[in-house]
Amino acid sequence: MDFSSFLNNLTPATGFFYFLSFLTILTGLMVVLSKNPIHSVLYLIATFFCLSGHYVLLNAQFLAAVNIIVYAGAIMVLFLFVIMFLNLKQEDEESKTNLTKIAAMVTGGTLFLIFVAVFRKTQFGAFNAYSFDSQVGMVESLGEVLYKDYLLPFELASILFLVAMIGAVMLGRREAGDRHF
Amino acid sequence: MTIDVALIIKAIIILLIFGITLLIAMYSTYGERKVAAFMQDRIGPNRAGPFGLLQPLADAVKMFFKEDFIPSQASKWLFILGPCLSMLTALMTSAVIPFGDSVKYESAPGKVWDIPVQAIDVNIGILYVFGVVSLGVYGIMVGGWASNNKFSLLGAIRAASQNISYEISMGLAIIAILMMTGSLSIRHIVEQQHGGNWNIFYQPLGFIIFITCAFAECNRTPFDLPECETELIGGYHTEYSSMKLGFYLFAEYINMFVSSAMISSLYFGGYNYPGMDWVQAQLTSSLGEIAGHNVGTLIGTLVFFAKSLFFVFFYMWVRWTLPRFRYDQLMNLGWKALIPLAMINIILTGGAILFLKPLIVSFLK
Repeated sequence: MDFSSFLNNLTPATGFFYFLSFLTILTGLMVVLSKNPIHSVLYLIATFFCLSGHYVLLNAQFLAAVNIIVYAGAIMVLFLFVIMFLNLKQEDEESKTNLTKIAAMVTGGTLFLIFVAVFRKTQFGAFNAYSFDSQVGMVESLGEVLYKDYLLPFELASILFLVAMIGAVMLGRREAGDRHF
Repeated sequence: MTIDVALIIKAIIILLIFGITLLIAMYSTYGERKVAAFMQDRIGPNRAGPFGLLQPLADAVKMFFKEDFIPSQASKWLFILGPCLSMLTALMTSAVIPFGDSVKYESAPGKVWDIPVQAIDVNIGILYVFGVVSLGVYGIMVGGWASNNKFSLLGAIRAASQNISYEISMGLAIIAILMMTGSLSIRHIVEQQHGGNWNIFYQPLGFIIFITCAFAECNRTPFDLPECETELIGGYHTEYSSMKLGFYLFAEYINMFVSSAMISSLYFGGYNYPGMDWVQAQLTSSLGEIAGHNVGTLIGTLVFFAKSLFFVFFYMWVRWTLPRFRYDQLMNLGWKALIPLAMINIILTGGAILFLKPLIVSFLK
């Protein structure tokens, strides 16, 4: 199949998928390639928006909204918050030695190799129009699955969050005699 | 053909909602100055047009003709992006607010279209609003950082920490409502308040938490620390001029109207009003099925706007009555008072749904 017939056979949803994927990869690359950390964070937010678009295409509205609220709306604000406090004018030479560069290359390359090795041989489940349920990603069905089939993992995960939260509070707590800035 | 007409009606509704939001935000600036003048025993703007009604237009013209200045050390694209993001997030929220019941249109005999007076009725409406609200802080942060000014940066950081802190209690206050309604769609929440069952009677504590957080999210007095001019010159928009500054100020007024609309639809029954069914029955019997329904919808929409505008007035009233909080007081209120209160509210609501409701139902039997 050549490229022009591929374009002709494109449905709006598939076209949107390819556009979104292109945008996701582009913004993802820009996160890594930007010199300025603030720009990186903003590109990362754009990446989260593209991922939410993918969730909507997969009919998972709830996941899309939660992804925006939690990642783009809360976690990235904190990232931006911390980076804004850093003095960006000073070049941070510490993190740019050759050793760290080589280490990053090796780990990144290994991860990439594993991904390629896994997805090359994988059989993906084909789309079945009969068993397809358009309501699968809605809040109601998600809640039923979460609170019936996966109740124990769900509760355990929430305890994990609680522990992490209390740990963070303990670490950030002002000891008696500490200065009040 | 028939679908086209329905689509055209929908498009008109969307454009109307968009236009009315902008118009109300525009006249809120005039309203704010008039209310301020009234409270301080002055006259307020009265030169441009009758009663000074053309003042917002004059202000806009003034804004456009000022020099659009970008500081030489500023990050240029982010400096432009800031006000754009602020406007975008302010305008996006009004899409899911149900402004009225529905418009009926008969394309062919016996074939009636029922078009809701709402831009989009998504079944995760509340989450959509919450997502957009949580993004609202980026416009301020990006603009404040890109200005390359210490006062701007301080304002931006204050805004971010304030918004993050108050978002949590706002979400917890909404959860209590969701527990009562069992739906994330704002239209469902409004419909369930039909017949005087307004949520304010069931959730008085939740309402107080929600409105406090709405004040903080809109950066209005007494929570206007991000731009408090006595400490930070102008806060995050110190370096801005011309229409970029105008966008920041205008976005605040849009946020004010949208949050007022949210308050009236979540707690005050939206387009429902007492005696609604009787009015509807009278209209249908005198004007016919479809015209009566449409006139009833119009009355409901007007009621909704009346409620929303009252809360816009309430914002102004508070602004000219209360002084500003100190920053540590703001944080203490958010984290140590509102969040525990909101959690208690959730527990109380859950308890009432589980135990009190069956008791009352069995008692009434």
